[in-house]
Amino acid sequence: MDLGIIATVLDSALRLSIPLLAACLAGLWSERSGVVDIGLEGKMLVSAFAAAAAAYAFGSAWIGLASGIIASVAFGLVHGFASISQRGNQIVSGVAINMLAAGLTAIVGNAWYGQGGRTPPLEGVQRFDGILLGHSALVYIVLLAVPLTWFVLGRTRFGLRLRAVGENPAAVDTAGISVTGLRYAAVIIGGILCGIGGTYLSVGQAAGFLPNMTAGRGFIALAALIFAKWRAWPALGACFLFGLLDAIANQLQGLFIPGIGEVPVQAIQALPYLMTVILLAGVIGKAIPPRAAGVPYVKER
Amino acid sequence: MSAPIEMPKWADTILVPAISVVAAFLIAGLVVLSIGENPLTATRYLLQGSLGTGEGLGFTLFYATDFIFVGLAVAVAYHAGLFNIGGEGQATLAGLGIALALNNLTFLPGFLLIPVGILAAAAFGAAWAAVPGYLQAKRGSHIVITTIMFNWLASVLIVYLLVNVLREPQSMNPETRAFPEASHIPFMHEVFAWFGIAIPSSQLNLTLILALVSAYLIWLLIYRSRLGYAIRVVGSNPAAAVYAGISPARITVIAMVLSGALAGGLAVNELMGYQHRLLLEFTSGYGFVGIAVALMGRAHPVGIILASLLFGILYQGGAELAFEQPNITRDMVVVIGGIIILFAGALDGLFRRLVAHLLSRPKLAGA
Repeated sequence: MDLGIIATVLDSALRLSIPLLAACLAGLWSERSGVVDIGLEGKMLVSAFAAAAAAYAFGSAWIGLASGIIASVAFGLVHGFASISQRGNQIVSGVAINMLAAGLTAIVGNAWYGQGGRTPPLEGVQRFDGILLGHSALVYIVLLAVPLTWFVLGRTRFGLRLRAVGENPAAVDTAGISVTGLRYAAVIIGGILCGIGGTYLSVGQAAGFLPNMTAGRGFIALAALIFAKWRAWPALGACFLFGLLDAIANQLQGLFIPGIGEVPVQAIQALPYLMTVILLAGVIGKAIPPRAAGVPYVKER
Repeated sequence: MSAPIEMPKWADTILVPAISVVAAFLIAGLVVLSIGENPLTATRYLLQGSLGTGEGLGFTLFYATDFIFVGLAVAVAYHAGLFNIGGEGQATLAGLGIALALNNLTFLPGFLLIPVGILAAAAFGAAWAAVPGYLQAKRGSHIVITTIMFNWLASVLIVYLLVNVLREPQSMNPETRAFPEASHIPFMHEVFAWFGIAIPSSQLNLTLILALVSAYLIWLLIYRSRLGYAIRVVGSNPAAAVYAGISPARITVIAMVLSGALAGGLAVNELMGYQHRLLLEFTSGYGFVGIAVALMGRAHPVGIILASLLFGILYQGGAELAFEQPNITRDMVVVIGGIIILFAGALDGLFRRLVAHLLSRPKLAGA
């Protein structure tokens, strides 16, 4: 174990935590406004596909990013329409978003490119290259979203209202502020963040889209969100921790701990899920979601 | 909750789900059109492949068996007001239970192996569901999140066990050795052959009967028993349940245990009925299809059987369709499933309001 390996692991931990962080902040915005979002996975997947397809077609990573964001926001709006306007079940809608994204990306990808759902490999200006310390612009955009989220949610009128909608929508409504408008705004911001995360996967980290390339990252982000107790800076910490676990699992196939023996990779992979369940069980600390999360708001007449 | 939407019972139980399914197919047709294929030709291939031949019908019923189990699993939890999206993980653990029982209890007389395997599946599935159920009941941990986490834990666990522990040393594939012959649930074409009737061979096996019996028993349980009544009371109004002397915590755990045991049926059909060994990813996302099936079937066993048939047709027909028209892969079925979940589940209110509006109009005109 020397410094070189530690630097490599930390570097890849950062890379691996970026999509988690983007999705985690997306979930934070959405759930802080009272809309539970288990469709983070699906939105990232659909934006990863849209970004890779557009970057390939137009030869520009930035057009890819724009398409990724548009696709993700569109799916977010479907979720918003079902759960805000139609007051439907937000969990059911999230499951539907995930299935739609998995199916549509595979079908359209296969029909367009005929390579088993993959997009053609991206190269040159079709990808985001490193601009600073070997990391691409997307990495810094996502990292910048952390203080921005903290500031807007914690220090601005819009943010305070948005959080109030997630705790007590009736009070916000009484004050003459639109619950629907604020929740839609949150869902759209969540869509933008998921779009950046998905684009990072296919156009930044990898060179093209692979079917189901999110591989559960949306759910790890959900776990990180609970771990961070729905706050921005802790979200950065939780996502980096989960990214680090992933990097360690990749780097050291079977970690050796003196006295215990070889730790299988799967044990490290299971840690985020296990830690979340233990946290939810209230054994270490307590994770309390926004009070109105998951409850559709019905205006009393 | 919003004000109930008044409409006759037949409209609520038949018309609303039917309209959402039709709408789902229209959108699926648009997807087919947009990738440059003809939806009508696609539909013809789909129906021919799933119902047109005896073999196709067998495969359709094989898939329907899977969906009846996972649909019932989601429905039982749903009646108790719980959202069990952990069907995948519970079925995976049930598969592990089957493999551990069948490959270790070989000293048992052969005729006992099938019941033991089924019980092991139910027990392991139930145990994997009981933990989130207990955490929800006693610690208030949200069951949706915990069942999601348990899905991933199950998939990590099974990979570890199949790669490092249960795999046969000389085998390259992460799978167990074949289960003993006596534990194979007979194929339907074998059963018919005993009576001298020849039917085309397929994966369809006697687990279908078990699925139908389970559906009947769940109907008895939910609508005709004290426990079922308690489950429904907790599902519709936990406060009233407490007032009536029903413990919501106890019912929550019981409903999840039943739900997990039912999800185990998927493993029975796939592993004991067809694969005859434990392998990776045998659940193939069917646990999520169970959500679509339960929502479409209005969480009623009869509705679930019908919805399972529909999804059986889609899965088998989808495979044939992908063969005839390579552009329309089997992922189309996942898309249709997603749209049905969206329409019959999340956008349910939209369709109910629409139907209520259409039905009430003539009355207004008459009055």
